[in-house]
Amino acid sequence: MKEILLPALAMGAVGLLLGLLLALASKIFAVEKDERAEEIASVLPGANCGSCGYAGCSAYAAAISKGEAKINCCSPGGQSVADAIADIMGVSAEAVEEKCAVIACNGTIDKAADKYEYVGIEDCLTASRLQGGGSKACTYGCLGYGSCAKVCQNNAIKIENGIAVVDMEKCGGCGECAAACPKNLISIVPKKVKYIVKCHSCDKGAEMKEKCSVGCIGCRICEKNCPVGAIKVENNCAQIDQSVCISCGLCESKCPKKIIVAINKDDAQ
Amino acid sequence: MTALVGIALTSIFVQNFVLVKFYGICPFLGVSKKLDTALGMGMAVTFVMTLASMLTWACQKFILVPLDMEYMQTIAFIVIIAALVQFVEMFLQKSIPSLYSALGIYLPLITTNCAVLGVALLNVRTASVINLLGTYTLIESVVNGFSAGIGFLLAIVLFAGVRERLESSDIPKALQGFPIALISASLLAMAFMGFQGMSF
Repeated sequence: MKEILLPALAMGAVGLLLGLLLALASKIFAVEKDERAEEIASVLPGANCGSCGYAGCSAYAAAISKGEAKINCCSPGGQSVADAIADIMGVSAEAVEEKCAVIACNGTIDKAADKYEYVGIEDCLTASRLQGGGSKACTYGCLGYGSCAKVCQNNAIKIENGIAVVDMEKCGGCGECAAACPKNLISIVPKKVKYIVKCHSCDKGAEMKEKCSVGCIGCRICEKNCPVGAIKVENNCAQIDQSVCISCGLCESKCPKKIIVAINKDDAQ
Repeated sequence: MTALVGIALTSIFVQNFVLVKFYGICPFLGVSKKLDTALGMGMAVTFVMTLASMLTWACQKFILVPLDMEYMQTIAFIVIIAALVQFVEMFLQKSIPSLYSALGIYLPLITTNCAVLGVALLNVRTASVINLLGTYTLIESVVNGFSAGIGFLLAIVLFAGVRERLESSDIPKALQGFPIALISASLLAMAFMGFQGMSF
């Protein structure tokens, strides 16, 4: 009997002792955590994309629980996540401004001329460092080697006809692609923006016509026609001030090169 | 002193825990894809092995031997190691948050790592050099635990370096991924076998 009882008691005592020690330690070394932060982190998408401006989802959750951050900064999560956070924090949700990436180039293979044939590594940064900033005649245009598509966590960017195209449904607006593009063609805009200029070229009109059939020639027709003065032509390229734009669509219809396009098919007004 | 240096050199090189004794293969293969995570894992293992050597030695000396129940070693040591890891985790989280976040998930992962249990069991079974009659003394156990951890750190960091190079090399399709990792691990183990026959 002793052979069984003694080890059982001894092991039981060791286990109990260690258990008590751990229980005590968890009290002594308790780290004060805001439970709401963990709850918020669990409803966030967890992609750690950084579009909210914090280091990751958990950092954003901590900032919300401390009241330092707004609850509507999570672009990938959208309205549903903001509502869930609002429930946890006990405040009413504000509208989320969903964002997405837009690419300021429409120069597909058939429309934009090439300087030479590029057979190197399929990477925009590598290609752009070559003579003349890549194989495209237009030094500002999309090279189409998909560096943006490679960094996209949501597979929202595809290369079609030699240029990158964003799937706005999938895009979470994290901005990884904008950082990866050596030509700085990608900008992050609110999804409600309707009209964008699909060109980024600073070349003069006459030069531009030779290089690309869909490049901005700086004709200023859009600038003259805009009823609210939202469009300015700077450095030979039209730019829309989205905070002023009323999405009337006059510029789209007047643009001779059709480079001002609607990215939202449904009426966003 | 010479005895302690001998123990350290033996467990780092001649009897390397991973590459010669084949303990702790799971974390060795699992967390060796990147150099910095491998380093984190190695540090965590070293840390826990050193502390575990100390505590399990005390458990053997003051609980198991007096009660004449050395056969309970495995269970007793596992319980102690698991509790120790838990305790250390809580302690670090409170006192040294930077180290806690650096070790990250690796600390709880090594709770039931066989390499840690292995070093604890070997400590109470290997004949001591200092005390000619018994097994390792406390100082020998701690040195053995620490250097076994350093041996693990060395092995996993070397292997992570190899695997990072493998990522960018041209490997036949059938061997890509895990097969080539196992082959490289065995080559590394063969290199360490070169220390066999050395004794301190």
